Amino acid sequence: MRDNPVLRVVTKITLPLIFLFALYVQFHGDFGPGGGFQAGVIFAAGFILYGLVFGTEALRAAVPAAVLRLGIALGLMLYAGVGVVTLGLGGEYLAYGTLAHTAAHGQHLGIFLVELGVGVTVAAVMVAVFLAFAGRADP
Amino acid sequence: MLIEAINIVLLGMLAVTALAAIRLHDLFAVVMLFGIYSLLAAVVFVVLDAVDVAFTEAAVGVGISTVLMLATIGLAGRHEKRPAHRPLLPLLVVVVTGAALVYGTLDMPHFGDPNAPVHQHVVPRYLQRSADEIGIPNVVTNILASYRGYDTLGELTVIFTAGVGVLALLGLRRRRRERPGPGQSPP
Amino acid sequence: MSAAGLYNYWIVILLMMAGFYVVISSGNLVKKIVGLNLFQASVFILYISMGKVAGGSAPILREGVTQFSNPLPHVLILTAIVVGVATTALGLALVVRIREAYGTAEEDEIHQQDESL
Repeated sequence: MRDNPVLRVVTKITLPLIFLFALYVQFHGDFGPGGGFQAGVIFAAGFILYGLVFGTEALRAAVPAAVLRLGIALGLMLYAGVGVVTLGLGGEYLAYGTLAHTAAHGQHLGIFLVELGVGVTVAAVMVAVFLAFAGRADP
Repeated sequence: MLIEAINIVLLGMLAVTALAAIRLHDLFAVVMLFGIYSLLAAVVFVVLDAVDVAFTEAAVGVGISTVLMLATIGLAGRHEKRPAHRPLLPLLVVVVTGAALVYGTLDMPHFGDPNAPVHQHVVPRYLQRSADEIGIPNVVTNILASYRGYDTLGELTVIFTAGVGVLALLGLRRRRRERPGPGQSPP
Repeated sequence: MSAAGLYNYWIVILLMMAGFYVVISSGNLVKKIVGLNLFQASVFILYISMGKVAGGSAPILREGVTQFSNPLPHVLILTAIVVGVATTALGLALVVRIREAYGTAEEDEIHQQDESL
């Protein structure tokens, strides 16, 4: 598919839009449909599109395996870490109200961090799973 | 009235897609029909006011699931072997199970009934108090991340485990055909 | 107990049984997983249609809307969709490894190879 100029050009034009839309969905999930899971999947879909059109070698060069493994673990640690921080601040596990001076602000901050963790792990897992399947074919 | 008509048409299309997916033996067509099924399900979710769920089903069902299934049939083979004998026992099991489920739905509240038991108890509390306690307009995000945050932590752990499992089974390294060196036996 | 109020559920049960039939009757492992996903998607439709309130709208708080559809099934099904794709990915990875080990993805040929050992 690398040889098809239409696919190449259109992919290069739409990829930034896909990533931008993924970030929009991530941060706008408080006001409309969206949130961590959807944003993570859309982010991964951008990378998968790049891998489909330009080949898995190009995708591996863009996203090394170490980054993927780090991303898979980092999101979950962020989520669980928010809970540990609230434990340290005197509340129960994942009681976001203790994170800021008022309970509502604490909830906002807690939900923001938690959804960010979800988005990072979901994106990394989806790209890693795609690379695992795509890299299995005979070269 | 229009909503009911749209619902009926969409569910009819879903039924046609599912029945076609049963009958076909070319797995590429079956996976594509599954993608269509997921997209129709996402439209049904929008009609039923579940916008978050529609978003997720469209992204995950049509995007990730279909891509992974296509990758698998690329690796495992595209054609299904035709069955040697007619599957009468599975058909009987399916009919009996379907009849039992339909009998079970006779006690259910009508579609759209605002007095159904599922709308009592804890949901009015979420809808009324979440504006003061959390202040975020999207109630689904509220419940997902704050009121039922433990469940979401568990869900994230499930995704993490699936990612680790797939990496353990398939690995991220390029799979090279190993050529035996001098004096070594073939793999 | 009228048919018009329950028609939705009966169609969804038909879809569930179609997916279930694919799971138990097909010999190809990949088609089994596709059938499992069909089954899962129709269970989601069942839950979401139970949460719909006539005259309600999407559960996002905004000006001028007082009647909302039930957000709790939405949350449960969001989790279920993501868990479903996780198990699908793992199942497909297993099918790829089985194909590499046995040379086929058909259930009866795999049984034959196991029994002839």
